[in-house]
Amino acid sequence: MTLTGTAPAGPRQRFDAMISGEERIEPRDWMPDDYRATLIRQIAQHAHSEIIGMQPEGNWITRAPSLKRKAVLIAKVQDEAGHGLYLYSAAETLGVDRAELLDLLHEGRQRYSSIFNYPTPTWADVGAIGWLVDGAAITNQVPLCRCSYGPYARAMVRICKEESFHQRQGFEILHVLARGTPRQRAMAQDAVDRWYWPSLMMFGPPDSESAHSGKSMAWRIKRYSNDDLRQRFVDIIAEQVRALGLTLPDPDLAWNAERGHYDFGAVDWAEFTAVLKGDGPCNRQRIEHRRAAHADGAWVREAARAHAAKQADRAAAREAAR
Amino acid sequence: MTTGTGPGTDAATAGYLLRLGDDALIAGHRMAEVVTRAPQLEEDVALANIALDLLGQARPLLTRAGELEGEGRDEDTLAYLRDEPEFRNCLLVELPNTDFAHTIARHLLFSCYARELYAALAASTDDVLAGVAGKAVKELDYHRDHAAQWTVRLGDGTEESAARMAAALDAAWPHVDEMFTADPVISAAAASGAGVDPAGLRPAWDSAVDAVLAEAGLHRPDLPPQAGPGGRGGRHGLHTQSFGFLLAEMQHVHRSHPGAAW
Ligand SMILES: [Fe+2]
Ligand SMILES: [Fe+2]
Repeated sequence: MTLTGTAPAGPRQRFDAMISGEERIEPRDWMPDDYRATLIRQIAQHAHSEIIGMQPEGNWITRAPSLKRKAVLIAKVQDEAGHGLYLYSAAETLGVDRAELLDLLHEGRQRYSSIFNYPTPTWADVGAIGWLVDGAAITNQVPLCRCSYGPYARAMVRICKEESFHQRQGFEILHVLARGTPRQRAMAQDAVDRWYWPSLMMFGPPDSESAHSGKSMAWRIKRYSNDDLRQRFVDIIAEQVRALGLTLPDPDLAWNAERGHYDFGAVDWAEFTAVLKGDGPCNRQRIEHRRAAHADGAWVREAARAHAAKQADRAAAREAAR
Repeated sequence: MTTGTGPGTDAATAGYLLRLGDDALIAGHRMAEVVTRAPQLEEDVALANIALDLLGQARPLLTRAGELEGEGRDEDTLAYLRDEPEFRNCLLVELPNTDFAHTIARHLLFSCYARELYAALAASTDDVLAGVAGKAVKELDYHRDHAAQWTVRLGDGTEESAARMAAALDAAWPHVDEMFTADPVISAAAASGAGVDPAGLRPAWDSAVDAVLAEAGLHRPDLPPQAGPGGRGGRHGLHTQSFGFLLAEMQHVHRSHPGAAW
């Protein structure tokens, strides 16, 4: 991080003008320290969410009930790993590196989306995650395709295309289950019942309590408030759930013609806070899985580095001998 | 379509396709087990890719096997509703992912074999098999390169990685011969022109594997093939101890919902 310190009048004004002119900030451009810090925190958290998000569904790869579903699921989990890679690369343009960010994740010093701290006890959870969790992610992320920071915005364009594919696949899984045997139908409804409220929590705390929103809006990193995005999402799924032939577990869900939106019930923010603090059903397990993979792979990464160094030495020796 | 030379031809070809399909299915399953547990994110992507290719090979092979068998079994019936003794994969592909070196050793020895096999099968008299083989050979070129690169990195890397890679090769090596051993079904398929005699693939496999081991600074293990009871192994449906657990995990949801669609 070299381009910091007190801003000379020129660069600061240029930055402000670029933001208000809807121009993209690129890695070489001058940017305020807290703009950079905000982006690093947000992009890292997003990248961590992609890779932790591989786990809840990843544990169904070996049990997927048909070969077609197994192939689709492997491809989805692979996409999420790819999203992690794009996003860590975007974060690296801000002067941090992936290894450092992974350490922060493993030490619990950076967060990932709390949604992945919920368990996936049945196959229908794979469908519910695709439909609701990927669906909520898209609602959050489509506006990020216009985010003021170029590398993040470009990563989001690629990611959003794949997320909408995931959402359709999740919907299709539930659609088949909802039209299947009574046990399959019950499995689908149970999964939707468990994922509905946590998916609404994915948009973050209510606007009245959102800590980081103000600046992020001014910097055109964020464009819509948490509550606006949550409403947009509810309006979508309230319609889609009818096509599924399932219900959402919200007695207050009802069309409000005056507002032109669906009304919905109160989110249990105490549960959100507890899960965020680490007391959700799978917080420890998710981090432990990541730490174990990282620790088990340490000798492999070390071997790759040692081999690359030996290769470089051998090339240098050949060069010297010529 | 098969050139029908007798009532036994379709059955032999079906049995042959089952062997190929099971190899790909189980190799892919083992590879997919590593996803989310790889040493780095790039490997989660690469191993998922390989698992997808293998599954993509298994599905048309099993579907075709079911068609030729003529008993109404589709790819899912074959994958999910057969018991352990009915699986015909070679034992190498079912070996567990003890550590990353074991994954790579299995993957190297198998992909060097499967690459040569599919190159030959592109000329199969069974059009479906020839089509799968033509596509698979390109995928297996990549799998083999991927495995070779890691074998070299691990063999040449550190003392620990070299020791782990050598131990992994030792664990896999007793299962090499089985890949090159024809049983009566494989011989009949080879005779009809639908399959190939795997013994003929051995010289190309030897030179490919030897070249990788030489570059990695590793020795070819001096170990005899594993002795099966009465000479029987995976092709006869006699599997290693971990295989039952693999099937239990793979099949349990499908079996818990008889007749359901997914
Ligand atoms: Fe994603
Ligand atoms: Fe996704």
